[in-house]
Amino acid sequence: MTIINMSEIRKVYDTGKVKVEALKGVDLQIHEGEMVAIVGPSGSGKSTLMNLIGCLDTPTTGCYELGGQAVSGVSRDELAEIRNRRVGFVFQNFNLLPHITALENVEMPMLFGGLRPAERRRRSAELLERVGLGDRVDHKPTELSGGQMQRVAIARALAMNPDIVLADEPTGNLDSSAGSDIMTIFTDLWKQGRTLVVITHDPALARRASRMVEIRDGRITADHAAAA
Amino acid sequence: MVTLKDVFKQLIRDVKSEKLRTLLTVFGIVWGTVAISLMLAFGTGLHKQLVKSTAGLGDRIVIAWPGLTSIPYEGLGKGRRIRISDEDLETIRGNVTGLKAISAEYSKSFRVSYGTKTMSVDTSGVAAEFGAMRNLIPQPGGRFIDAIDVHDSRRVAFLGEKLATDIFGTSSPVGKTILVNQSPFLIIGALIKKDQDSNYSGPDSGKMWIPLTTYHGLTGEKYVSNFVFQAVSADDTKALLKRMSAALGKRLRFDAKDKEALSMWDTTEQFVFFDLFMLAFNGFLGLVGVLTLVVGGIGVSNIMNVVVEERTREIGIKMALGAKQRWILTQFLIETMLVTFIGGAIGFAISFGVCAIFPSFGFTEYVGDPVVSPLVALLTAVALGVVGFVAGYFPAREAAQLDPVVAMKL
Repeated sequence: MTIINMSEIRKVYDTGKVKVEALKGVDLQIHEGEMVAIVGPSGSGKSTLMNLIGCLDTPTTGCYELGGQAVSGVSRDELAEIRNRRVGFVFQNFNLLPHITALENVEMPMLFGGLRPAERRRRSAELLERVGLGDRVDHKPTELSGGQMQRVAIARALAMNPDIVLADEPTGNLDSSAGSDIMTIFTDLWKQGRTLVVITHDPALARRASRMVEIRDGRITADHAAAA
Repeated sequence: MVTLKDVFKQLIRDVKSEKLRTLLTVFGIVWGTVAISLMLAFGTGLHKQLVKSTAGLGDRIVIAWPGLTSIPYEGLGKGRRIRISDEDLETIRGNVTGLKAISAEYSKSFRVSYGTKTMSVDTSGVAAEFGAMRNLIPQPGGRFIDAIDVHDSRRVAFLGEKLATDIFGTSSPVGKTILVNQSPFLIIGALIKKDQDSNYSGPDSGKMWIPLTTYHGLTGEKYVSNFVFQAVSADDTKALLKRMSAALGKRLRFDAKDKEALSMWDTTEQFVFFDLFMLAFNGFLGLVGVLTLVVGGIGVSNIMNVVVEERTREIGIKMALGAKQRWILTQFLIETMLVTFIGGAIGFAISFGVCAIFPSFGFTEYVGDPVVSPLVALLTAVALGVVGFVAGYFPAREAAQLDPVVAMKL
């Protein structure tokens, strides 16, 4: 089943004086159960593509369907709902809320998704257990290491059981051992049948993917099954 | 489903991380609330005190003094003394419409003795109706002069409360006998303490009243010092003055427009003035209070704006995770309203506290006791609500319109 179906996607940033075309016609299909690494130098349009895939932004032209649902011409609130239900985000700088506990951080998407408090707590604890943080549920992000924070973020990404987990340089801020742990978690998720899209500079992480998409200057320049 | 509990939890976290800021915001609102509710409370208290003090003189009465004519009338020259007798007043009573009560008042100083004490007391001879008109309310166990006292020329006396204390100390004067110009008089009652801000022959507290018939017997005086009357409806008082002048003028032959032949003090004019004055005064205080509150609201709004800026990243993360605009909007709006509410509640508590302890400072006689009236409370609450909503709305809208991608990268 096709999770992501992009055709002829263009994204133009209009800064008033200058128009910058960040994506110049991207066609991309990602199927259920794939683990796709998107690689490319900075300024290539990687981040723009990530924002579009994650429904944080909408394309200027082109057609995008996420899980069979068209994502063009929808309102901000509808986009928020699509993000909530279909996308789990893992960011380079974790983006956890600093004043609340790990458990509450994981609960956050479920709060917006309308789950009942008891259900939220139960599922949140279960997810933290799964990423190996069962004994850290009441810690605040400032009391956790980088690798632990990223694991909280992964648990949070899985909270609403999304169609796709979208990770933006997930190991970028971690030392190699913590980064390797995170990569292992991703690989495990993939093996359990999750669909993952990972944007990365890290060749080690890219090698673990089932498919590698290279982007350069707003276009996809290479798309092949990974060597492994 | 976002429960109220979630919003509260969020708020408590925000407040914890922004202690000083929240404190200052709450203080602004507290100050506004105290200003508005206390000022209006003092206004209400002052009004009540003014009315009460004025009512000390009488219940919307007119006091009239006969004098010398100043306008020639039917061939009679000016400078003629007008004298009014009980009979004149009795005739008038039947002829003038809209008159509720009327009483002559004869005044003179008498020697009063009790035991070894002797003193000079300003005494008035009056009719039974005088007591109610002049708000001469007896202390429990006593009574004012009644119609039978007057009819039978009884030797009875009603005392001002200060006079009663001067003569009898703390023991009850009722039933005791005093000597007035060497004649024994039975005390039938003493005045209950009252606030009185105006008088025409000394405050009531030091005076004595006896039936006017008894007064005639003691002094042989036939003409009143003054008389007091009251309209059936207080609004009719002005017109009643004219009818009284006309009727008395016709009978005693003076021009009805002659203000010196019969000079009258209409105490209802004061009430009208007070009402007008207090309306303006309260309006002014209310305006100052509301403006203070608005300034407080601008403060809250500013602070919330800063909060939005400081929490931009957090808002961005929440929106990325699927928070709808309405959620962000509600969060900020509720937060502002709650801060306003807490500030308002503390402000009200302080106002009530001040109102509760104020009477112990002893200024009551001059400015009255402040009262937070339900209307004032309601007005303040409404003003607070509006301020809270307006102060919260704009920062909230700003927060909700942030672009999640941009907000998160900050």
